Amino acid sequence: MLRLEKLVKTYKTGDQALKSVDLEVPDGQVLALIGPSGAGKSTLIRCINRLVEPTSGNVFLGGVELTGLSSGNLRKERRRMGMIFQEYALVERLTVMENVLSGRLGYVSFWRSFLRKYPQKDVDEAFRLLDRVGLLEMADKRADELSGGQRQRVGICRALIQDPALLLVDEPTASLDPKTSRQIMRLICELCKERGLAAIINIHDVALAQMFVQRVIGLRFGAVEFDGPPDALTPVVLTTIYGEEDWEATIDKIDEEGDEPEAAE
Amino acid sequence: MSKDLNSLVGKPWKKPPFIQRGWLRWSLVLGFAVYMVAAVLTIEVNWARVYEGLERGKQFILAFTSPDFASRSGDIWDGMLESIIMTVAASVVGIGISIPIALGAARNVAPLPVYLICRGIIAISRALQEIIVAILLVAIFGFGPLAGFLTLSFATIGFLSKLLAEDIESMDKVQAEAIKASGAHWGQWINYGIQPQVMPRLIGLSMYRIDINFRESAILGLVGAGGIGATLNTAFDRYEYDTAAAILLIIIVIVMALEYLSGIIRERVQ
Amino acid sequence: MPVQDVQGQKVWQRRTGRESLFHWLLWLAGIAVFAYCWQQISNATTWFFVWDAPSIAGDIWRRATPPKWEYITQLGEPIWDTLNIATLGTIIALFLAVPVAFLAARNTTPSTLFIRPIALLIIVSTRSINSLIWALLLIAIIGPGVFAGVIAIAIRSIGFCAKLLYEAIEEIDHTQVEAITATGASRWQVMAYGIVPQILPAFAGIAVFRWDINIRESTVLGLVGAGGIGLQLSASLNVLAWPQVALILLVILAAVVISEWVSAKVRGAII
Repeated sequence: MLRLEKLVKTYKTGDQALKSVDLEVPDGQVLALIGPSGAGKSTLIRCINRLVEPTSGNVFLGGVELTGLSSGNLRKERRRMGMIFQEYALVERLTVMENVLSGRLGYVSFWRSFLRKYPQKDVDEAFRLLDRVGLLEMADKRADELSGGQRQRVGICRALIQDPALLLVDEPTASLDPKTSRQIMRLICELCKERGLAAIINIHDVALAQMFVQRVIGLRFGAVEFDGPPDALTPVVLTTIYGEEDWEATIDKIDEEGDEPEAAE
Repeated sequence: MSKDLNSLVGKPWKKPPFIQRGWLRWSLVLGFAVYMVAAVLTIEVNWARVYEGLERGKQFILAFTSPDFASRSGDIWDGMLESIIMTVAASVVGIGISIPIALGAARNVAPLPVYLICRGIIAISRALQEIIVAILLVAIFGFGPLAGFLTLSFATIGFLSKLLAEDIESMDKVQAEAIKASGAHWGQWINYGIQPQVMPRLIGLSMYRIDINFRESAILGLVGAGGIGATLNTAFDRYEYDTAAAILLIIIVIVMALEYLSGIIRERVQ
Repeated sequence: MPVQDVQGQKVWQRRTGRESLFHWLLWLAGIAVFAYCWQQISNATTWFFVWDAPSIAGDIWRRATPPKWEYITQLGEPIWDTLNIATLGTIIALFLAVPVAFLAARNTTPSTLFIRPIALLIIVSTRSINSLIWALLLIAIIGPGVFAGVIAIAIRSIGFCAKLLYEAIEEIDHTQVEAITATGASRWQVMAYGIVPQILPAFAGIAVFRWDINIRESTVLGLVGAGGIGLQLSASLNVLAWPQVALILLVILAAVVISEWVSAKVRGAII
């Protein structure tokens, strides 16, 4: 379904964010991507839908090679990949409904979207999704009136209305409190199961990842260090991913890597 | 206000309008449309004259490719020098007067009577335009750069005092209180408690005002208050587009240089 | 070092010797420049007239009061023209400023190397030159009248509006744009959904702010023949009809105050 081959990303500053990553995700598999800040998690996710242009290597989505696509064809393929963001990334000054419907932008013409005249089935689907995440009453509220958890639910609706085959999820819980974090993770995983979606979830919280996913990938310095079921995440494995037990060294490393571009995740 | 999914599915959705009240929304739209039609209709445009002018317009634009700095270099030089002199003198005097007025116009520094007087001065200075002030001052003091200098100084006061007073009013109280607590008298309090806080802003605003003063000094000559404006006016009257283009280019370059300079200075003080 | 040892005692100074010398030189140079400027102004001034100024001012005041109130009946049309010059000029300027701003903003320009400098040049050149000069120029080209005034105001405002707008565009939240891009939206859709909603409040604020300034500027455009109430002002000044001048100045003052009030109200409603 999704296959990465020798994916490399080197930033202009010379930082190598990804060093030849190979990865295969079968249909319907929910996968967590863990690793320290600056390990290249965010870059990896963005290289898949080419929000960040990979330096070399290939990305195959169900047989289509994405890295060589023209911008028009890339837009068509992006429709099959829903993305959920760390800081929700809703368009704050638009209503909840507009934010959800913006997930259909790849399907409708410019004028239709500009005049907000979406096809009836899109509108119906938007209402169904909002109902599913429990925000039907908020449809005409402006996005900046919502709480963090509610905003992330809207973000989920926006990704799902694209009718994607794959979800790219970038730190969905990083700005949320522990309880809301669990609710959001549960919601994402439930929805993936309902719809048979594959998902790559980029996450800091190892315990939360173990609780919900079927497979864990550990990334360190832009290379895959671990690939296995959540149960196999022993302290030894975690040490290889997050570095030595020497905490001083870990903290220093994070500080250093704070200057790298992907630290903006 | 609970909504039911079944009642919404299958119905069209419309974005809630920006102005909720229907009648208000429509009367605003309609009123604006009527105004636009009326406004456009009452403008008399002599299209034949405009068409004729296009040729001159083309010549003017072409003149920018070959500006003539030489044939009236004496006039241009004198006018520019006078503009710059007026700008410098008016900025110095204007900024010097603005500072006490700004202190007087800040409610947290000045007592009420002083506050009202200073606010009054600011309001008058802001309401009267440079060019109108210049006309009156030329009538009173006669032609020449003195009227221009006074005009620019007066305008500087309104601009700078208002913004500076707002800055003083929004400053950090705790710092000023700490100085007061040390037993400082009023002058020391201003010098140690307030001045350091507003200094970067004062410098930034002053640079910006020098920029504005220079631009304004270019038009004061139109009413006889000195500067490059008179030369420019003559050039237009005689259809000497290449000379006019040269003057405009000099103005643009000086404004750009001032902006660049003020950018550097503002970065250094902040 | 600010702390010096003088006869065994430590003396604190704000600046070192060299620093303070440099400081004094700077001040000295500043004062010299100012003195030179003042001397030049003084040389160009007929001081005889200046000493006479109080009596001239008193004379003008006596002639100008009371204002000729009945003259207001002839000011209706000029006021209408002034309003139109400001409003239409602002609208035209906004239409032209939006594309210029998008071309000038670092994050939306198609080319930083070629198109951005051109857009910035348009901004700086239209901004540096006062609307009265633009009016002079347009009158020389297309003849006197309200139309020249509208175009002069429009040109002058392009740079002002485009500058503020492109700064607003450069400050937008990039992740919102990224999110819209990730849905497979086209370039124009990203613009309409990701960027425009974010800059709309800034745009409205800029429009009203500039309109307020344009009302002020259009009141004096008539001085050079570009229509509006300034025409009456100039005509009255030419025949030294001071009571009429007084009334016109009062009307202009009222217009300025009202426009400032309106723009403050509208901005309050938007933000």
